[in-house]
Amino acid sequence: MQWEHILTWTFLIALITAGIRLAIPVMLATVGEVVTERSGVVNLGLEGVMISGGLAAFMTAYAIEHSAWGQAAPWAGTWLGLLAGILGGMLLGLILALLCVTLRADQVVSGVTLVLLGVGMTSYLYRQRFSSLTARVAGLEPWPVPGLSSIPVIGPILFNHDVMTYISFALVAVVWFLLYRTTWGQRIRAVGEHPAAADTSGINVNATRYAAILIGTGLAGLGGAVLTVVQLGLFREGITAGKGWIAVALVIFARWRPELALAGALLFGLADSLQYRIQALDTAQVGAGAIPYEFLLMLPYVLTLIVLLARVRKSDTPAALGRPYVKGER
Amino acid sequence: MRGIVKHFPGVLANDHVDFELARGEIHALLGENGAGKTTLMNILYGLYRPDAGEILLGEQAVHFRSAFDAIARGLGMVHQHFMLVNSFSVAENMTLGQPSPRQPLLEDPNTVRRRIAEISNQHGLRVDPTAVVWQLSVGEQQRVEILKALYRGAEVLILDEPTAVLTPQETDELLAILRSLAGQGKSIVFISHKLHEVMAASDRVTVLRDGRVVGTVPTRETDERALAKMMVGRDVTLAVAKGSARPGEVLLQVDGVFADSDRELPCLQGLSLKVRAGEIVGIAGVAGNGQTELEEAIVGLRPVKRGRIRVCSTDVTNQSPKTCIQAGIGLIPSDRYGMGMLPDFSVADNLVLSTHAGPRFTRRGLLNRGAIRAHAAKLVHDFDVRTPSVDTPGGALSGGNIQKMILARELSGQPRVLIAAQPTRGLDVSATEFIHRQIIAQRDTGVAILLLSTELDEVLALSDRIAVIYEGQIAGMVDRAEADLHEIGLMMAGRGGPARGAEAGP
Amino acid sequence: MRAAAQAARPAAPVLGVLAALLIGALLLALAGIDPLMAYGVMLRGAFGGSRQVQETILKAVPLALVGLGLSVSLRARMWNIGGEGQYFIGALFGTMVAVTFPGWPAWLLVPAVLAGGLLGGGLWAAIPAWLRTRRGMNEIISTLMLNYIAVLLVEYLVRGPLQDPASYLPESAQFAPAARMPALIGRLHLGVFIALALVPLCYLLIWRTPLGFKLRAVGSRARVARTAGIDPAASIAFALIFSGALAGLAGLIEVSYLHTRLKGQLISGGYGFSGILVALISRLNPFAVVIVAIFFAALTIGMDATHSLAQVPATLADALQALVVLLVLGADALARRGE
Repeated sequence: MQWEHILTWTFLIALITAGIRLAIPVMLATVGEVVTERSGVVNLGLEGVMISGGLAAFMTAYAIEHSAWGQAAPWAGTWLGLLAGILGGMLLGLILALLCVTLRADQVVSGVTLVLLGVGMTSYLYRQRFSSLTARVAGLEPWPVPGLSSIPVIGPILFNHDVMTYISFALVAVVWFLLYRTTWGQRIRAVGEHPAAADTSGINVNATRYAAILIGTGLAGLGGAVLTVVQLGLFREGITAGKGWIAVALVIFARWRPELALAGALLFGLADSLQYRIQALDTAQVGAGAIPYEFLLMLPYVLTLIVLLARVRKSDTPAALGRPYVKGER
Repeated sequence: MRGIVKHFPGVLANDHVDFELARGEIHALLGENGAGKTTLMNILYGLYRPDAGEILLGEQAVHFRSAFDAIARGLGMVHQHFMLVNSFSVAENMTLGQPSPRQPLLEDPNTVRRRIAEISNQHGLRVDPTAVVWQLSVGEQQRVEILKALYRGAEVLILDEPTAVLTPQETDELLAILRSLAGQGKSIVFISHKLHEVMAASDRVTVLRDGRVVGTVPTRETDERALAKMMVGRDVTLAVAKGSARPGEVLLQVDGVFADSDRELPCLQGLSLKVRAGEIVGIAGVAGNGQTELEEAIVGLRPVKRGRIRVCSTDVTNQSPKTCIQAGIGLIPSDRYGMGMLPDFSVADNLVLSTHAGPRFTRRGLLNRGAIRAHAAKLVHDFDVRTPSVDTPGGALSGGNIQKMILARELSGQPRVLIAAQPTRGLDVSATEFIHRQIIAQRDTGVAILLLSTELDEVLALSDRIAVIYEGQIAGMVDRAEADLHEIGLMMAGRGGPARGAEAGP
Repeated sequence: MRAAAQAARPAAPVLGVLAALLIGALLLALAGIDPLMAYGVMLRGAFGGSRQVQETILKAVPLALVGLGLSVSLRARMWNIGGEGQYFIGALFGTMVAVTFPGWPAWLLVPAVLAGGLLGGGLWAAIPAWLRTRRGMNEIISTLMLNYIAVLLVEYLVRGPLQDPASYLPESAQFAPAARMPALIGRLHLGVFIALALVPLCYLLIWRTPLGFKLRAVGSRARVARTAGIDPAASIAFALIFSGALAGLAGLIEVSYLHTRLKGQLISGGYGFSGILVALISRLNPFAVVIVAIFFAALTIGMDATHSLAQVPATLADALQALVVLLVLGADALARRGE
C-alpha cells in the first residue's frame, strides 16, 4: 500500500468529492426515515423502498429516453425518472402505512416483508422487461457552480457536483426546517412522543403518521432513484447492496436528528469512496494488493456495526416508536 | 348530555346516562373505578362517539368528531394521566394542535410566552413557559394542563381524578383555584372517587354505578355515608378491621440507597428504612418521588449505586431478580401490565411464572402441565380469581382479577417480605377490600410488608408505621397511632418532618 | 362479528396463499401467458412424478431448517435476519472439516461435517447475540450486516486459502464421497430426515420445556419475565444461536449434497430470507413450517418448469412468496381488528 499516493491533495480531494456523491442515496433514505420514525413508525422496509424507487426511476427514464419526444428533451427522462422514483417509494410506503397504521400490524414484520417484496418484485419486473443486462440511461453530469467551484480545495469538493447533490442537501435542510420550525413538524414529533397527548389536542394521529411515512418513503425512493438514474445509469438486482439497512442503522446513530443523519451518511459515503480508491490503488500495483478487495467491500457493514456500539439514551428515542396507536389505551 | 349509551367490547360503559352542567357550578362525578365516569367525559370531550344519546350546549345539539371540535366549542379536559409531551416545553405543549397565525410556521415564541403569562396571572396559576415538561413536578404539570385548557379558551373544564397526584396541601390549593374559576363563570366537572373531596369542593354530585346514574344531588343535602352507599349499592364499612401488630425481627433493611431514574438523574438519595416481620410499613408520598425506583431497586430491576439492601440477612443489593425472589421477596408491582403478568399466557402459566422450572412443575426435564393446572385451580379458588378457566389468557381478565392473580402467585411462593406497590390502584371496592384483607392476613402470619401507595387513605388504613417519601429520601417515620394528617401532608410536600435523610425508624 | 373474526385467523394463511396465487395468475396473464396452463405445468413440474416429488422435498430441506430455527427464535421475538450469513459460515466450517479429513470413513465424517455446520452457524449468530445482550444493539441490523460480511469472507476464502489447487475457479476442493449426505430412501438424503426429526423436537422445545417457557415469556414481555426471575439475556442468546445453528446446518447440507464443494456466492439459494417468510406464514408452528416449506419449494421448482413455456423469470416465485406473507399479514391484522 503506497501511502505516498494516499496522502496527496489530489487523492484527498477526489476522495472527499466522491464521498459526498456516494453519500447522497443513503442520506436521502436516512433523513426520510428520521421523519417516519419521529412519528413513531419504524420502517424496516427501506431497502425494498429504495430499490423500488430505483427501478421505477430507471424504467421511466429508459422509456422516455427511448421515446420520440425523449430525443428532443434528453433531460426529461432523468427528471421524470426521479419523480417516478419518489412515487415508487411512496407506493410501498402506502402499503406499509396501511398495514401498520390502519391495520395495526406488527411494524417489524411488515417492514421485513416489505423488503422481501420490494427486492423480489423489482427483480422480477426488471428481468421481465429487460432481457439483456445492458440497458442504460443517461446520468447527470456534474454542474460546477460558476465562481465558487474555482476556489482551491473547497471549490472542487463542494461545488462541482451534479444538481441532484445540491438538491439533496437542500432537502435535508428542508426536512430540518419542517420538523423544528413548522406546526406540521411539531405534530409529527408529538405523535411520535405521546400520541394520546396529540390526539387530545385535536391532532389526527393516523393521518399524521401516514404523512410521515409517505414523506419518508418518498425520500428513500428518491435515494434509490438517484443511485440508478443519476449516478450509475443502470439497474441491477441488489444494486442498493444494503444501503437501505445502513440507513435504518444511521437513524439510530443520528439520534433521530436530521443534521446528524447528514453527518452519518457523509461518513459512509467517505468510507465507500475510500474503499473504492484503495482497491484502485492496489490493482494499479498489479497483483499483490495488500488488502484483499473483499475486506474492503466489508468496510461499510463493519462500520455500521461499530457506529451502533455506543448505547443510545432512552430519552433520545421517540417514546412511542414501534407501538401502534389505539385510542383509549394508555 | 342526555341518554348517553356507550359500548365497549364486553362491557356497557354508559347506560342511558343523563348529565347536566350549569354555568359557574362545580359538578362532581362520583363513582368507583370502572363506573363509567371517564368514558362519559371522554364522550363529552369528543374522544369517543356515543352509540346513542345526544349532547346539547346551551340549547344546541352538537356532534364532536374529535377533540378538536370540542376544544373549538370551549371545552377543556385535564386527564388523569397527563397528556403532555415530556420532551416539549410548556409553551410548545400549549400551542400543540392549535393553528398558528403564521401557518405553517410555528408561532413566534415571544408572543406565546406573553399570552401564557397573561392567562397565568389572570387565574393565579404560575408556570414557566420555557421549562421542559419532564423536569416539572407532578403538581406543576397539572397546573400546565389546566392552563393549557384555559389558553385554548375553555369555558367548561373537565378534570379527571385531579387530586390523585397531589399532597393534601396541593389539593386544597387546587380546590381553591377551582372555586375561583367557577366564580369567574367557568363551569367545572370534577371526576373523583374520593368522598371527602367531593363533599368539600362541589356544588352538585352525580353518582354513577356500573354505567348508570344512581342519582344527582346538591352537595349540601348529602353526606359521605350516603354517597358511599349510592356508589357501591350497599353499606360500606369505611375502615378495615385490623388487630394490632406484633413485630419481630428485621426482615427488610434498606441502608442509604442511591439510585438513578430512567433519565439518568439521581432519584433515590440515601434512602433508608427497616421493616420487621409481622408489621406493615406504609410509604406515603406524591407519585414521582422515588416510589417506583425504590420498588425496582429492592427486587433487582434497578442498579443501586451506593448503599445496601438486605432481605432476611441476605445481601440482595444489585442482585438479579431471581436471587431476590430466592431470598424471600414477593412483589405486587405498581405496573400490573408492564411488570406483573403476561397477557398472552394462560392464567395457569402466569401463576407459575417464577416457579415453572422447579421440581414441583417439571418431570424429567419437561413441564408437568397437569401439576401446573392443578396448582392454578387451587389458587384461583382460594383467591377468588374470576376466570372462565385456568387456560384463559391473562389479558382477558378484569383489572381486579388480574391483581388477585398476581397476588396469588406471589403469595404462593411464601415470601418473607412482601412489597405491595399501588396494590389497589384502579380497582373497585370489593377487589380493594379483598386485597386489603389478604395483606393484613399475611402480616398476621409474620410477613414483613412494605406498602407503597399514593392513596393516603390506604396507607393510613393499613399501616402500622407510616413513612413519607420525598425526593428519594424518607422524610419521616411515625407510628400509626401518633400519625398527624397535617404533619404527614407537610412531609409529602417537602416541608416539615425530622431532619431529612436521617435513619428512619427505631 | 367477533366469532367470525376469530375463526378467520387460522384461515388467514390459506387465504393469503390463494390471494397471492390469484395475483400471480394476473401477472402471468399480463405477460401474455395462460395462467391455468402455467399453473398446470408448475404442478406437474413439482409433483408430477416420483422424481419431481423427491426434488421438491430436497429443495424444501434448507427452507424447512431455516424456518424451524426461526420458529423458535421468533418466540423470543428475536429477528434473526442473518440466516444467509449463518448458512454460509456453516457451509464454511463444514467444508473445512471435509477438506481437512478427507480420509475419514463416512460414519465419522458425516457427523463431523454436520457438526461443523451447526457450529459455524451457531458461532456466527453468537456475535449478534453478544452485541444484543451486552451492547443493546438491535439484532435485525447486526445479523443483516453480518450477512454481507459472511458472504464476502467466504468469497475471499475460496479465492485464496481454501481454493482447490486443482481448479481455476474460486471454489474449494471437492467433498470426498464419504463427506456427502448419504441418500437413504431413493434420493432423499440424511438431511431430509434430520429436518423431519427436528419438527417434533422444536415443538417440544417451545411448548413443553422450561427453556421454551422462558423464550415465550421473554418474547411476550421481556420486562415481566425479568421481574419474575427469568434472565432475558440467556433466552435471547439461545434463540439467536439455535436458529443460527440450524441455518448453518442448512448451508452445510446444501453444499455437501448439491454443490459438493464450497463455491462462494453460488451456493446461496436465498434460504436465509425465504426461511423468514416460511416461518411467518406458518405462524411459527413447526409442523406448518414443513408444509409451507414444501409449498415454497414447489413454487420455485414449478417456476423453473415454466421456462420452457415462455420467458417467465424465475424471480416471480420470490415476488409471489413475499406477496403471500404480505397478504397473510394484512388478513391477520384485519381479523384482529374485528375482534
